[in-house]
Amino acid sequence: MIGAHDSVIVLTISRMLIPLIQLYAIYILFFGQYSPGGGFAAGVIFGASLILAILVFGPETHAGAVATKVVAGDGLGLLVYAGVGGLCLIGGGEYLNYAALELPGLSEPARRSLGILLTQIGVGLDIAVTAVSIVLSLSFIPHGEGSHG
Amino acid sequence: MTNWFELVLLALVLITAGGAILVKDLISAAFILGSYSFFLALVWAWLGAVDLAFVEALVGAGLATVFFLLLLFQTAPKDKPIRRTRPPLAALLSLPPLGLLLIYAATDLPAFGDPSSPASTHVSPVYIENSMKDTLTPNFVTSIIMDYRGFDTLIETAVIFTAGIVCAAVLWRKEA
Repeated sequence: MIGAHDSVIVLTISRMLIPLIQLYAIYILFFGQYSPGGGFAAGVIFGASLILAILVFGPETHAGAVATKVVAGDGLGLLVYAGVGGLCLIGGGEYLNYAALELPGLSEPARRSLGILLTQIGVGLDIAVTAVSIVLSLSFIPHGEGSHG
Repeated sequence: MTNWFELVLLALVLITAGGAILVKDLISAAFILGSYSFFLALVWAWLGAVDLAFVEALVGAGLATVFFLLLLFQTAPKDKPIRRTRPPLAALLSLPPLGLLLIYAATDLPAFGDPSSPASTHVSPVYIENSMKDTLTPNFVTSIIMDYRGFDTLIETAVIFTAGIVCAAVLWRKEA
């Protein structure tokens, strides 16, 4: 069981570090097309900042309730990724052919670039939420309500 | 040509890999495994795979260590010795020749960074030349994994989603 940490040093340092880590994650996400990084790395960094927050400050309410909510958001990133593919279908192209994204005023390479960015956001979201939900599953062993929780 | 730091890196990777297996205290083993991942990330970076090195350092040295530590808090932190049976004679006799055969086969592989190897004459130049033109993405690793190979990454994302769901399904307990 993990509660709030009792050391002032740890609390203060994490309070300063967590926004910086999240800012760096967003930078990695949006600069993945120009430098090493991208959705996967950004998701891991963002997830790590949330894990640090959980380990240091502890969950605000009953841990099991938090875990149930986080696991419910597990597929959100996958939905964003697959949804971009579906938008390409609606635009008249093949699945995940970003050139078919219906956006006026954008050339075909620019539409592909936008598609890469959107799917990267999906990957990052999926990985960040999954990392947090695995940590919650490992550390709190929540009591589920249904057959499998 | 091998540089001196390649040998140092190789020695560090081997030492940390062996240490992670041999050490008795499991929490130390988790940390040594994290440092192993970090040295491996340096190897990837030296080979020029910077994106891979980035992810290896983050996942291997960062996230996996946290997962291991959290799991160890729930179990006994000491390694329990398991009595292993002796490996069968057939395995002892057949595995060294297999290794020799693999080493013999490896001499036929193209040299590292060989510009006339099949991989760098057929597929890679297409991606490298067309990435900027097709997708306005200078980092062609990103354009390969998200656009040219978008389906692969979609299924990889589904794999990670499955990992989260499976952790919940296996670890969550029903209310007694």
